[in-house]
Amino acid sequence: MRLALAGVSHHRAPLELRERVAVDLETAGALARELATRQGDGHESVVLSTCNRTELYFASEDVGHLSELADRALLSLAGPAADSLAPLAYRLADESAALHLFRVAAGLDSMVPGEGEILGQVRDAYEAGAPGPLLDRVFRMALHAGRRARVETAIGESPASIPAAAAALAQQVFERLEGRRVVLVGAGRMSELTARNLRSRGATITAVLNRTLDRAESLATALGGTAAPLDGLAGALVDADIVVSSTSAPSLVLTADALGATVRSRRGRPLLLVDLAVPRDVDPALAGADGCFVYDLDDLEAIVSASLAGRRTEAVEAERIVTEEAERFRAWQASLAVVPAITSLRALAEDIRTSELARMEARLGRLPEGDRDVVDTVTAQIVNKLLHLPTVRMKEAAVSPDGVLYADVVRHLFGLGEESET
Amino acid sequence: MAELLVWPALIAYGEAAVAYAGQLRGRGRYGGVGIWGVRIGWLAQTALLVVQALSADGFPWGTWAGALNLLSWLVVSAYLVWGCSPRYRLVGLAVMPVAVGLLLLAWAGGGTGVDESPGDGWALAVHAGLMLSAFASFTLGAAAAVLYLYEDRRLTRRDTGLLRRRLPSLEGLERLAVRATLGGLALLSAGIVVGLAWLDVDGLDAAMSVTIAIWAFYGLALVLRREAGLQGRRLAWALVAGTALVAVVLPLTHFAA
Repeated sequence: MRLALAGVSHHRAPLELRERVAVDLETAGALARELATRQGDGHESVVLSTCNRTELYFASEDVGHLSELADRALLSLAGPAADSLAPLAYRLADESAALHLFRVAAGLDSMVPGEGEILGQVRDAYEAGAPGPLLDRVFRMALHAGRRARVETAIGESPASIPAAAAALAQQVFERLEGRRVVLVGAGRMSELTARNLRSRGATITAVLNRTLDRAESLATALGGTAAPLDGLAGALVDADIVVSSTSAPSLVLTADALGATVRSRRGRPLLLVDLAVPRDVDPALAGADGCFVYDLDDLEAIVSASLAGRRTEAVEAERIVTEEAERFRAWQASLAVVPAITSLRALAEDIRTSELARMEARLGRLPEGDRDVVDTVTAQIVNKLLHLPTVRMKEAAVSPDGVLYADVVRHLFGLGEESET
Repeated sequence: MAELLVWPALIAYGEAAVAYAGQLRGRGRYGGVGIWGVRIGWLAQTALLVVQALSADGFPWGTWAGALNLLSWLVVSAYLVWGCSPRYRLVGLAVMPVAVGLLLLAWAGGGTGVDESPGDGWALAVHAGLMLSAFASFTLGAAAAVLYLYEDRRLTRRDTGLLRRRLPSLEGLERLAVRATLGGLALLSAGIVVGLAWLDVDGLDAAMSVTIAIWAFYGLALVLRREAGLQGRRLAWALVAGTALVAVVLPLTHFAA
C-alpha cells in the first residue's frame, strides 16, 4: 500500500490561488468519496481543506500513477488557474506525506504555531472522506500526534491574538469567567471580538456604552446586556469585573479623577480594564489602585508577541514528538511488506500439520477422543512455537532497509507461492 | 539508621522546589516532576516520623527542633491537599523552600533523630499536634498570599511573560489563602481549648498571650474580610505579616528558655 499527497498551502500559494481550490467540509467529503470510487476498489481518499491549505491524500496498491492521480485531482479543482497553481503545489509520498500530515495536525505547519482549530479540521476531513486501511491508520496516528503535541508541550496554551490575550488575562485574574460582568465602552470591531471571546468563556456582557445609542443597541442585541450612553460609565463600573474600551474619542474616557472614587469603593475587588483604543481611553493612573489592572493595545501586543515566541520554542519539542510518531508509522508500513510472507508461512505450516494428522488418521482414530484432542493441541503448539521467533524477527527486520529481502528469503526457503510438488 | 530518612525527604523536597522554579520558567513538564518529588519526600518523612513515634514513649517532638520536623511535614501535608490539583500545583513554589528550610533546621537541631527517651504526655501531644497543624495551615495560607502579591505585581507591571509562565489566578490564590487561614484558625482554636482544658495552666504566660494574640489577629483579618471588604493586596499582606509574627514570636516564647 502506498500513500500520496498533493496540496497547496500558505507557505507558497497566495490567498487568491488558495481560495480557488478551497472547499467546504461537505464538498471535501463528497469529493474524496467520488475520487476513491472513480479509481475503483482499493483506492482511498481524504480531502483536507482549511484557510491555509487544500490537500488531497490518496492511498492505493496501485503504485504507478498514484502521485499523478493526486496531482491531477488537485489541479482540476483550480480550474482555469491550474497553470498558475501547478508550480506552487507540493507532492509528497509515503513517509514524507505522513510526516507532513502529522505536522499539520500538530499545528506545526500553521501560520500561528500550535493553533487549536487544525486538529478538529483534520478529524472532520478524515471522518468526511473515504479512508481505507492505510488512510485510516495514517489519519488516526496524525490525530494522536496532534493531541500529544498539545498535551506534552505548551505549544497551544498561550494566546495568539489580542482578543484571546485579553480573555486569557481575565482568566488569570478571575480564574473562571462564568458569571463575570463585562462592560463594553465603545462598540468597535476589536471590542466586539474581545467581548465574543470573553462570552465564549462564560462571561456575561452586562452593558454596552457608546456615544451613539444605535450602535450600542445593535451590539447589545447581538451580545447581550443593555445599551446606554457614555455618561452612565461610573454607575456601570461599580459592579463590573472586566471593562473593554475601544472608543474613537480623542482624549481619555475613563479618567482617574472621574472614576477614582468608584474604583476605591471596590476595596481591592479585582477590575480588569482592557483598553483597545488609539488614542487610549483608560487613564494609566488607574493602574495604581488596589486590584485595578490596566492593559492597553501595546501591552496586549507584547503579550501576544511573547506568546508566539514561546510557541516557537515549544515547537521544537512538538517536532520531536511528530518525528517519533512518523517513525512509528514507517515501522508499521514496513511491517505490511512482510505480512503476506508471514501469512503464507503460517498457512503452509498449518497445511502440513493438518495433512500429516490426516495421514495418520488410521492409527490416531483408534485413540479415545480426549487423546486425539491432546495430539491436535500439541502439534498446533509446536507449529506456533516454531514460527513465533521467525515471525517476530521478520517484523523487526521489516523496519530496516533490507526488510523486504528477509521476506524474499523466507519465500524462497519455504517455497511460498510455488506450486506444491506433492 | 532510620534518621537517614531525612535525606531522601530533603532531596525530594529540594528537587520539587527546583522543578517548580523550572515550571515557572515555562517548561510544562516540570510541574509533574515537582509534585512527585513532594510525594516521595512526604513518604520518606512520614516513615521517619512513624519510626520516631514508635521509638519514643510519648510525644517525641516536644523540642523546638522536633516541632520543626513535625511542622515541615504538616506544611507539606497541607500543601498536598491542594497541590495535587494542577491548578494550585505552583503554590509549591512558595511552600517547598519553606519546607526544606524547616526540615534543615530540624535536622541541625537534632529533631530528626530517633531515640528512646521518654516523651511528653498524650494531652501535650494533642495540644502540640493541633497547634502545629494550625501553623502549617497558616504557612500554606501565607505561601498562597506571597504568590498572590507576586502575581499581582506581574499583572500591575504588565509582565509580557504572564501568560507563558502561569501561576494560579489571583482569585484562586486568594481563595486558597483564605481557606487555609480559616482551617488554621479552627485548628488553633481547638489547640487552645485542649491546652486550657487538659494541661497544667499556671496563669497567663508569654506563650499563651502570644498564641491568643495570633488567634485574635487571624480572626480579625477574616472578620474584616467578610464585613469590611478586606481583600486583595491588603489581605495578602495581612496574612504574610501574621505568619511572620508566628515564625518570629512563637518560638521565642515557647523555646527561649
